[in-house]
Amino acid sequence: MSTVRILVGTRKGAFILTADGRRERWEISGPHFAGWEVYHLKGSPVDPNRLYASQSTGWFGQLIQRSDDGGQTWAPVGNTFAYEGTPGTHQWFDGTQRPWEFKRVWRLEPALTDPDTVYAGAEDAALFRSTDGGQSWQELPGLRAAKGHLWQPGAGGMGLHTILLDPSDPKRIFVAISAAGAFRTDDGGQTWRPINRGLNIQYELPDPTAEVGHCVHSIALHPARPQVLFMQKHWDVMRSDDAGELWREISGNLPSDFGFPIAVHAHEPETVYVVPIKSDSEHFPPDGKLRVYRSRTGGDEWEALTRGLPQSNCYVNVLRSALTVDRLDSCGVYFGTTGGQVYASADAGDHWTAIVRDLPAVLSVEAQTLP
Amino acid sequence: MIRVVLPYHLRTLAAVDREIALEVAGPATLNATLDALEARYPVLHGTLRDPATRQRRALIRFFAAGRDLSHDPPDAPLPDALARGAEPLIIVGAIAGG
Repeated sequence: MSTVRILVGTRKGAFILTADGRRERWEISGPHFAGWEVYHLKGSPVDPNRLYASQSTGWFGQLIQRSDDGGQTWAPVGNTFAYEGTPGTHQWFDGTQRPWEFKRVWRLEPALTDPDTVYAGAEDAALFRSTDGGQSWQELPGLRAAKGHLWQPGAGGMGLHTILLDPSDPKRIFVAISAAGAFRTDDGGQTWRPINRGLNIQYELPDPTAEVGHCVHSIALHPARPQVLFMQKHWDVMRSDDAGELWREISGNLPSDFGFPIAVHAHEPETVYVVPIKSDSEHFPPDGKLRVYRSRTGGDEWEALTRGLPQSNCYVNVLRSALTVDRLDSCGVYFGTTGGQVYASADAGDHWTAIVRDLPAVLSVEAQTLP
Repeated sequence: MIRVVLPYHLRTLAAVDREIALEVAGPATLNATLDALEARYPVLHGTLRDPATRQRRALIRFFAAGRDLSHDPPDAPLPDALARGAEPLIIVGAIAGG
């Protein structure tokens, strides 16, 4: 029977949750890297026992850890992230220019075909790649050439938080940056351009149709239809049917179109999940009810999924990397909260149970479906 | 021989006891001591000094012989008591965070 392994990054370490395909009884290991922030950890699609983890603190900086045995043991690899050439500057809150300065890795994305190749999304925003299992890292500087001087941090920092590798085209990569927007390369990372047309923002930008400066919170795609992108923006849930050339709003009947994560069902490319949050001023669910919303129509029409989730006095947040799916026949959906709960549904969101309730604040959740 | 006391998280990372002893080549300075530390424990690379600038991380402090050395020039000679091994270099993570 298949196994599911859930990789959970938290404010104070990483946890690995494992169950068989029934997903009823879970074993929990951790904390790994106890006391450190683990923004993200993820396994290689071609070698699921090869895991990469981003470990950092404000005291001691950034480490990258690698496991070759599914997270039982870990070894630190390279942690030098040097911007290519003269780093240049980006926009700061007061309108002045500020030099790029590496702070941490928000996202690790192992390549689809080679376990030794992995991408790292950094703050200050840049994309790095390693082809030696994380020992050394090289920036893909063409990304920052895409109007980087106009990028400006959001309140949470100018992090590159989303990396989507197109399974149908090895030269195409999508990334998203707070608060610069979404970008795409079609030549393996040499050149990039903003893909933010249609992300009209009435109140967030002086020029609502600006090419960059959009507060994209996360993007998701289904591997079978990689030209269709779904986006949770600061406000608005969006969709593009042409690889980001043009976006349209699909918020429909959501109780709030503010939120952080977005995910696509493993087997139904038109089934999408979001977790509405009341507003950017109150980072908790509307009405104190924790509800995942599912659209089976690719957006616009959404249904609340509430069975097993707290429907009163719930004031947690679900962060941008903390919602994911497994690939079992009955698609599992998972998310973690800032209150330390990790919820799982083995039936595509119809019913939920908490795997754990009292972890540190959850920063990221990834699922591995193992044979 | 220079004695060094690491903060908890770095002891865990390097898998060492609270105090370690380092042979430092050449004049005993803070940078030379940290170079020797990183050479012996490569996992500590970048944890005390920014890898790009080699500047002390903002929340790291260096104390020895009753003095705060954090703002001393990193290539200045260390106090004699440190260089002789009579006192340890104590590396501390600042009180911060939750």
